[in-house]
Amino acid sequence: MTLHEWIFSGLGAVGILAAVRLVTARNVVHAALFLVVSLAMVAGVYLLLAAEFVAWVQVLIYVGAIVVLLLFGLMLTRAPIGREALDNQQRGISAVVAVGVLAGLSVLLWDTFRVSEIDLATSRTAEVGANLFESFVLPFEVVSFLLLAALIGAIVLARKEEAS
Amino acid sequence: MIRLVFPLIFSAALFSIGIYGVLARRNGVLVLMSIELMLNAVNVNLVAFNQYLRATLDPGSLAGELFAGQIFTLFVIAVAAAEVGIGLAIVILIYRNRETINVDEVNLLKW
Repeated sequence: MTLHEWIFSGLGAVGILAAVRLVTARNVVHAALFLVVSLAMVAGVYLLLAAEFVAWVQVLIYVGAIVVLLLFGLMLTRAPIGREALDNQQRGISAVVAVGVLAGLSVLLWDTFRVSEIDLATSRTAEVGANLFESFVLPFEVVSFLLLAALIGAIVLARKEEAS
Repeated sequence: MIRLVFPLIFSAALFSIGIYGVLARRNGVLVLMSIELMLNAVNVNLVAFNQYLRATLDPGSLAGELFAGQIFTLFVIAVAAAEVGIGLAIVILIYRNRETINVDEVNLLKW
């Protein structure tokens, strides 16, 4: 194992542990904080894969915005604390499905990509931006329209009905 | 130099944990968090394959798509932000009408 792979293993282990605690936590706020740890480790993985711009977008959007949004959601809805209140009766079968998916994917991926290696060339933000605005202009505009539609939709949905 | 299986197995593990969360959680906000985990797993895959395949691409003819994987990741992040906004608006609306956000008690369309 190279140094990169050791660091990756550390980041990945912390991220997976935090994700496991996220889906087993008995307190919803703790779950949100474990989500922060997990997303930050994913950002570290991006940095390690030399995708710098994506890593900082991950920190800004996910850790900065989406988690705050989720915490607001938790704050506005009263959630009871405890395993029975947060989990349903399908824990066993869900665990079987999840482990089955993981085992199947791992076998397939190991079999296919055992010897493949990533050549860690840096991706400069300027090149990523030039790519984005040369070849993906239309999808970019569509995403901006989607965000506008989501904004209006969220306001319409969450607004209190006025007595007419 | 890093072997491609490391990010792929990491992403597969995150995805499986997200599946468990979606299936086993009752609270609507926790289900949304598990969906975020699954989206992140897909993003890790996109970035890893972009970095893996970039060395093999011909920069002359494919100059516009050299970073397609990373740009798709940015799009997925933007769509995830929109999805969380709408999802939380729906959760808050359900909470206001039904006094609960447990997804198994919201069964109006179930028979």
